[in-house]
Parts: sequence; structure tokens; C-alpha cells
Amino acid sequence: MPALNAYLVVAALVFAIGLFGVLTRRNAVGILLGIELMLNAVNINLVAFARLHGDPVGLLFALFTIAITVAEVAVGLAVVIVIFRVRRTIDADRLDLLRG
Amino acid sequence: MDRALAVLALPFASFLLLALVPPLRRRGVLAGWVGILAMAVAFVQALLLWRSGVQGTEILPWLPGDGGPMATVGLLVDGLSAPMLVLVTLVSLLVQVYSLAYLDDEPPRSLGRYYVYQSLFAFSMLGLVLSPTYLQMFVFWELVGLCSYLLIGFWYTRPAAARAAVKAFWTTKLGDLGFVAGIVMLWANTGTFEFEALFRMAKDQTLPLEGFTTIMFLIYLGAVGKSAQFPLHVWLPDAMEGPTPVSALIHAATMVTAGVFLVARSEPLLVLVPTVLTVVARVGAFTAFLAATMACVESDIKRVLAYSTVSQLGYMMAAAGAGATDAGFFHLLTHGVFKALLFLGAGAVIHAVGTNDIFRMGGLWRAMPHTGLVFVIGTLALAGVWPLAGFFSKEAVLAGVVAGGRPGVFVLLAVTALLTAFYMFRVIFLTFFGHGHPHGEHHPHDPPWLMRAPLWLLAGLTIGIGLRFVIGGAGEHHPPAWLTALSLALAAAGIALAWGMYGARVVPVELVRRPLAIIDVFARRRYFLDAIYVGIYRGLMLGFSRVVGWIDRYIVDGILNVLSAWSLRAGDALRRIQSGQPQDYVYGVAFGVLLLLVWAQWWRSP
Repeated sequence: MPALNAYLVVAALVFAIGLFGVLTRRNAVGILLGIELMLNAVNINLVAFARLHGDPVGLLFALFTIAITVAEVAVGLAVVIVIFRVRRTIDADRLDLLRG
Repeated sequence: MDRALAVLALPFASFLLLALVPPLRRRGVLAGWVGILAMAVAFVQALLLWRSGVQGTEILPWLPGDGGPMATVGLLVDGLSAPMLVLVTLVSLLVQVYSLAYLDDEPPRSLGRYYVYQSLFAFSMLGLVLSPTYLQMFVFWELVGLCSYLLIGFWYTRPAAARAAVKAFWTTKLGDLGFVAGIVMLWANTGTFEFEALFRMAKDQTLPLEGFTTIMFLIYLGAVGKSAQFPLHVWLPDAMEGPTPVSALIHAATMVTAGVFLVARSEPLLVLVPTVLTVVARVGAFTAFLAATMACVESDIKRVLAYSTVSQLGYMMAAAGAGATDAGFFHLLTHGVFKALLFLGAGAVIHAVGTNDIFRMGGLWRAMPHTGLVFVIGTLALAGVWPLAGFFSKEAVLAGVVAGGRPGVFVLLAVTALLTAFYMFRVIFLTFFGHGHPHGEHHPHDPPWLMRAPLWLLAGLTIGIGLRFVIGGAGEHHPPAWLTALSLALAAAGIALAWGMYGARVVPVELVRRPLAIIDVFARRRYFLDAIYVGIYRGLMLGFSRVVGWIDRYIVDGILNVLSAWSLRAGDALRRIQSGQPQDYVYGVAFGVLLLLVWAQWWRSP
């Protein structure tokens, strides 16, 4: 199954790019975008394996994840907006209220 | 035996009734009458029991054990406990009647509480007397100690009373420690607490004698504490902080004689260990003498009587130690009657005058002839004047000591007899004769009949017992004629000296005091025993506490402090890795997952 490997490599790349974004972006919106990429990498995996096993549950699960992701983004952006209103910044380096 | 059970159960029923029914207790006087009624019936029962001459034992199993009960309880009525029952119920009854008038200023609640304690005390004392086993005796022994504590501290708002109660409790507890150790060791050696079984063993010479001296000495220690023998006598004078009727009942007639009763009860065992008997006799005689000297310089009327009680208890112990246990017990009974009389008389005087100091009394004979007369009767009995009860019992004690071949003890007791007559008549002359002192608003007069009746009854008994012996002969004791002459002469000399010094005042007090200056100084300071005890307490106990406190503060607490300081410092160091940046945490998680993956791969590969 060379096709599966190709999907998996793509998924791994997307996941790594997303993680890189989450870790290096200083902008909160950028971090959210990174998270989106990581979730979509997972979706690719789900669909690829569903195809491999001929099992529609994987597809359903991917749809489900997309729906959840939408909600997550909506909440995440709302949080970012509130943070911006309170702190007048969305720079992640300056959001360090939990520093010990 | 039913009568014995009734005697024991009645005060207990009265105690339960008063303790568990608060409305009754709070009525005060009514509670008093309940207690008195129970005691009166118990007294009649005890008297009938004694007159019927029934003897016997009733034993029930108590603590179960392998092969028969480990401990038993029951009732023992014999020649020792039957007369003691009569004495205890009689004095309890009279004291309860007397208290009703003596404590008439008390609020009803306090009076009710007083009668609860009184009933409990009567029950405990009767239980002690009726005990057929050492263990049961010990239980009741502690109960009377508790009642003594409660009644000394009856006026618990007075600091002196509270202190005296605690002192009495702890001092007697010191002796009780020996007592309980002794009976446990005795049980370990013989496997029984029962008197009858032990006496049978002693008779058949099957008693294991190894370590028996130690055991009997430990048991005797209990008697030392309870009967206020030297060196544990210090609590009794302080116990006078309690109400006077309590002093009459507990600290003169009944509870303090429990020690003597214990020694008398243990006589068949004690005769096997002459060493302990010698100790009993010598300590008794020494206590008698020491307390008598302190009584001679005391100015508080109740304390004089307290020292006199200590002294007379020493007499009884000396007799028991010299092998004349029956003489000692006889003295216990007569002393119980006339010392209760003296205390109740002193109570009447204090009630009338409002002070305890004999130097601030005087000339009371005219104001209170009844009290004066009964007090003189009691004093004559205590001094050992023919034909009163005290004469015969004191005679019997002295004869017993002579027969026991203890000249040293005899000399001490003889000197004590002289001192006894002296200090008691010192009180008489200072209190009832001489010049009257202004008593402020108090106009001393004889007490009401509720108090007068017990006084006259006891006085009548004091004379009656004496006359009984005049008519019926002195029983089995036939003291030599020289002894009778000597003891009468000693009493007369003591009375004469007191008259000379305090009555007619022809002998200046200084003339007597100067040659005896050393004794005088020591006696006035109670032979520094209290100071020594306080010193021991401060030095040893507090020193030890200080060491323990240091260990606790610097070693036990120190270890914990070091541990907590380390935790704080470690936390402070670890605090710095919390940057507060979510990305750092995500980085940590990602790195950790990566590490796990690498590790899993590396693990699988070889």
C-alpha cells in the first residue's frame, strides 16, 4: 500500500508544521492556526485508515472532528478577543500571568 | 447476707436517685432528707446485722478467665466488717443530719450536690468494708478517694479548697500506686484476690513466700497514703478546707481509717512478714508523735483535730504493727465516735464564731454550754480519761504494744498520750474558757437541735461505750496496773500543763517553749515536709519537664523544622521553571512525547 504511506507522510508533515507554528508563533491567532493544522493532520490519518479498512466509521469520525474544530476555533478566537480587550495585546510572550 | 446487701444498696439507691433526678437534687433540703432516710434504714440494718452475729461470705464471679473466674466480687461479713458497718452508717447518718443545719446557707443546688457526694461516699465506704477480695477493695478504695476529693473541693470556688482537694487526691494516689502494684503481684504469685483463699493458704503454709515482703510492703503503702501516715500525712491537715461535717465523716471517722482497716484485714498475711510489721509499728509510732507535736503549736481548731487524727491513726497502726490488731481496731471504732463528736463540736463553734483561730475565741462556755459540754466529753475521751471510751481503747493499744515487745514504740506512744491531753486541753481552755473576744456582729450561741442532736448522741455513745467496759470488764485485754496508772498520770499531766499554760496562765508559755525551741520551730513549719515536697516537685519534676521540653522543642520540633525548611527551599528553586508561557509548556509536552517515541523505538530495536 504505497498510497497509505504517502497519506501518512503528508499527515506527519502537516502535523509537524502545525506544531512548529504553535511553538514558534508569538501571535495568539497564529497559534490557533497551528492547532488547526495539527487537527487536520489527524483528520487525514483518519480518512486514510478508513479508506484502507473500508470502514465508514473513520470518515464519520473525521467529520465529527471537523465539527468540533469549528467550535474550538470559535471559542478560541473569542478568548483571544477577550484577552486583547483586557491586556491590549495578543503577544504570547507577554501573556505570562502564571509565571512562578 | 440480705441485710448486708441492703446496707450497701440503700446509699447507692439514694445516690442514683439524687444524681439522676435533677429536680429532686435541686430542691436541696429534700435531697438531704432522701439521703438521710436511706442512711437511717441502712444504719438500722447494719445494727441488726451486727447484733445477729451473722457471719459469712457471698461471692460471685466477675472477670471471666481460663479455669474459673479471674476475679470475684461479693460481700464479706465478719467480726471486722460488721462493727465497722455500724460505725460508718452511724457517723454517716449523724453527719448528714448535722449537715442539713450546718450548710443551711448553701443554695439548694449545692446542698443537693453535697448529698449526692455524701450518698456516693457512704456506698463506697460500705463497699470497701464489705469487700471479700483485694480487687474489690481497691475499686471502692479509689471511689472513697474520689468522694474525698469531691467533698474537700465542695467549695471549689475557693482556691485553697481546690488546691487542697488536688493535693489530697495526688498524695493518696502515691500510696495507691503501691497498693495496686502489691495486689497485682500477689495475684501473680497466688492466682487469687480473695481474702479467704489467701488466709487459708497462709494457714496451710502453702503461700509462696518469695517476694512476699515486698508485696505486703506495697499493700501497706496504700494504707500509708489513705491513713495519712508519715511521710504521706501532709494532705490531711489541708483537707480541712472542706466543710466541717465532711472532715468529721471522711477525714476523721471513716475514710482515713480505711488504711487501718486494710492492715487489720491483712493481718493473717502480715504476720508472715515481721519486717513489714516492724515498719508498720515504727512508722505508726513516729507518725503519732510527729503529728502530736504539730498539733501543739497549731492555732486552727480544725487543723489541731486533723493532726490529732493523724496522731491517733499512728496509734492504731502501731498497735497493728505490734501484733495487737484487735486493739488497734477497737481504738479505730471508739476514735471514730469521739473524733466525729469533736469535729462536729468544732463545726458548731466555727459556725457560731465565724473563725477557725482558737486565739480569737475564748469564753464560749457561757455562750454555748451544750457544745462546750460535749466537746469536753470528746476531749476527755481522746485524752484517755477513765471511764470514757478512749481510755479503754488507748489502754488496749498500749498494752498490746507492751505485749508485742516494742519498748521504743511504747515510749513514743506514751509521750504522745501526754501531748494529746495537752493539745486538746489547750484548745478547750483557749476556746471555751478565759476571756471572751469581741466577735463583731456574731453573737455565739448553741446550734439548732438538728446539729445538737448528733452531738449529744455521739457524746452519749462515748460515755456509753466506756461505761459498758467499766461494768463488763475490759474484755480480753488485761493491761497491767502500772500501765493504767501511767496512762492516767500522763493524761493528768497533759491536762495540768495545758491548764497551767492556757487556763490559769500561771506557767508562762515562753518557759516551756524556750527549752523546746528547736521542736517548736520545726513543728510550726510542719517539719519542712511540705517545703521538701514542693522542693522535690520543683527540682525533680519541673527539672525533668524542662529536659523533656528542651528535647521536644529542639530535637523533635527541630527535625520537623529542618524538613519543612528544605521543602520550602526546594519549592523556591523549582518555582523558576514555571515561566507562565503556554508555549513553553506545549514545547515540554511535545519534547516529552518525542522522547517517549524515541525511547519506544530504541527499546524495540535490539
